[in-house]
Amino acid sequence: MSGLSTPSAIPFPRLRLWLPAVPVLLLIAYLVLMDNGAISQTGAYLHELMHDGRHLLGVPCH
Amino acid sequence: MVRTLLVRGLLVGLLAGLIAGGFAFAFGEPRVDSAIALEEAHAAQEAPGHDHGEEELVGRPGQKAGLFLATGLYGVAAGGVFALVYAGLRGRVGPRSPGGLALAAAGTAFAAVILVPFVKYPANPPAVGDPDTINSRTVLYVVMILVGLAATAIAVATARRVTAGPWARWVAAVAAFLVPVIAAWALLPTVDEVPAGFPATLLWQFRLASLGTQLVFWTAFGVLFGWVSDRAARQAAAVPATAAAPS
Repeated sequence: MSGLSTPSAIPFPRLRLWLPAVPVLLLIAYLVLMDNGAISQTGAYLHELMHDGRHLLGVPCH
Repeated sequence: MVRTLLVRGLLVGLLAGLIAGGFAFAFGEPRVDSAIALEEAHAAQEAPGHDHGEEELVGRPGQKAGLFLATGLYGVAAGGVFALVYAGLRGRVGPRSPGGLALAAAGTAFAAVILVPFVKYPANPPAVGDPDTINSRTVLYVVMILVGLAATAIAVATARRVTAGPWARWVAAVAAFLVPVIAAWALLPTVDEVPAGFPATLLWQFRLASLGTQLVFWTAFGVLFGWVSDRAARQAAAVPATAAAPS
């Protein structure tokens, strides 16, 4: 038994516990890449601050 | 176990995001500056005498600092999602070594989530793109990401059914990936909002820098996540061995 060559699969019930983290992470990605004030309620501020990142990460931007 | 992987994904993602930000700052920002200069020259021509003194919410230096904030946060979010997917894949799908799985998964993520949408809806510099169509363009971009992810799932499921050896398996996987992707490339509406007269060289250089930023991110992320995972696996394998030795 070598721990390196045969990693054990993590059971699905244990993975399911971490599922709520996914929408939180996607919300961060949305705020960084796509939001125009609809959710952040900061108007265009977030958009302008992240502006260059959005263009250079390849996301559609104005 | 999952917690360790998630924390690893968040931290490695932050680091890879900052590295990608460095690349974007060096190779992308000069193109963004050129595009903005063109946009402003064009606006001044359109309305001569009209001073372009519109109040800027965030100035150019602020936006260049914001670049690192954006790529860093993007890295955290992408790294966290990657780690949870990796936790599900481990021991079920893909290479058996932790580092090999990290590299394979990061390469697949780049192909499915970055390259597939980029071919259809490539990145555009400022001054390219109609503000009125941003919503439909964003929806199409997200649809293309979902196509890439669905195609990956189809490819993995197909490959697992093929028992005729590794070559047949690879051919089946690549074909199962490409068929839905090429169909989506062909069928989804084309977006071309490059203004007449916009320098082709600048557009090409910007798009290359943009794709390069994502390539740097996913390469750095895959290598770092794989390296840390292999190290952790070696340590985990060493500890029980020495602890179990006396008994």
